[in-house]
Amino acid sequence: MKRAGEMNRIIYAVITWYILGTLLPASAREIREEFPVPPPPFTEGIFPCSGCHASMEVNQKKRELKDEHTNIKLHHAETMRWCLDCHNPANRDKLRLYNGELIDFNKSYMLCGECHGNVFRDWKAGIHGKRHGYFAGGKRTYLLCVHCHDSHSPRPKPIKPEPPPYTPKDKRNAR
Amino acid sequence: MQDKPYTRREFIRHLSLAALTGLSIPLLSSCGKEQVEDFLQKHFLEMTRQEKEALITRLEERYLKKYGRRFKVSTQEAIPDTLWGYGLDLSRCIGCRRCVYACVEENNSSRRNPQSQWIRVIRLKKGSLINLEDSEHYYNPEQVPEKGFLYIPVQCQHCEEPPCVKVCPVHATWKEPDGLVVVDYNWCIGCRYCIAACPYRGRTFNWAEPSVPSDKWNTSVHYLGNRPRMRNIVDKCTFCIQRVRMGRYPACVEVCPTGSRKFGNLLDPQSEIRYVIENKRTFRLKEDLRTEPKFYYFFEA
Repeated sequence: MKRAGEMNRIIYAVITWYILGTLLPASAREIREEFPVPPPPFTEGIFPCSGCHASMEVNQKKRELKDEHTNIKLHHAETMRWCLDCHNPANRDKLRLYNGELIDFNKSYMLCGECHGNVFRDWKAGIHGKRHGYFAGGKRTYLLCVHCHDSHSPRPKPIKPEPPPYTPKDKRNAR
Repeated sequence: MQDKPYTRREFIRHLSLAALTGLSIPLLSSCGKEQVEDFLQKHFLEMTRQEKEALITRLEERYLKKYGRRFKVSTQEAIPDTLWGYGLDLSRCIGCRRCVYACVEENNSSRRNPQSQWIRVIRLKKGSLINLEDSEHYYNPEQVPEKGFLYIPVQCQHCEEPPCVKVCPVHATWKEPDGLVVVDYNWCIGCRYCIAACPYRGRTFNWAEPSVPSDKWNTSVHYLGNRPRMRNIVDKCTFCIQRVRMGRYPACVEVCPTGSRKFGNLLDPQSEIRYVIENKRTFRLKEDLRTEPKFYYFFEA
């Protein structure tokens, strides 16, 4: 009888350890999911935002900005969005997720990923966006969303192409 | 000796052998030491390590004398368990040709007289993706992307069954264990059979020595890759062999402003290229030719 109880204890212990063993590394992986990104491309002298905003009163009203930030033309679902949907009114040096969590500017991909989930999934795998440097045996840098997309007007702008190759009859192609 | 007469046939054979040796001595001695060494060089795959080292020092000295720059020539071999593959997102490529010029700078290609480029960006009308013969690569608009057009950068596709390797009469080009199709420029005789055989126009011919501004040489080179080429040989994209064997992304991947270009190890389930193949709709150019390219074009689903 005593022997059977001991067996049961051992079996329970094994099962518990097995469940812990499968769950713990998974959750640890979730927490460790960080990406080595370069600092975000701020306009010079604009950060920290609290440099100006700490002494200012928060104006929740949606309006056209006339004195500062006049270069920002919001073209990113502008009919339903406003600065303070992403920027945190209380602490301007942070961004705010939908659930109210505050994040640093160098983690802005979490904010973008809240709406653009499938792009975020690709970005985490290194498919959307770009990676630099060494994929093995060296430093690899991931670019943030905002390195390529202006977060206030994210559609990429057209650029001038490099010149075409010389045609076979071109003088510059002669030997 | 009497019972075996010296026949006329034997006499002619000995005479021709003597003439050959007699001729080759002044011929070999008349050319410089370098040319003799080049002429007597073994095939790269048959060289021992010492022979490779001797070859590298010889080349480095030659480049220093000729171009005034100290080159670092590598003969790094393929990393075990690698098979390099490439992915290109056609829904994001805007045809800006940044990759073309990054490739030229990285790989010491000739800038002009004649111009030599390993990447060709072709433009197609949207909706006619299969009509490659209607493509154009001299397009030059004010701004890209243009409405209603699609851009496909084409370079060496590093086929698993490369037709260019099959036709080479001297085995100057071969497929490395990591899947890269490479050329030994010292062994190439310039017959251009491979150019005729390649269905992707992935190879270029050096009609003259490359004209590269002396401050623009990339001195970190690989023997089978971007070392300065000579006249009358064929060269091609090597997926930047000098970079990828050190674990670094190719130059075109790093420069692409839209991040359309992806690179990785096809045998590594965690690699970016495997994610592309498993999650995106990929295709390869001219699959019906059964060349099995390792260059996957895909569209963002």
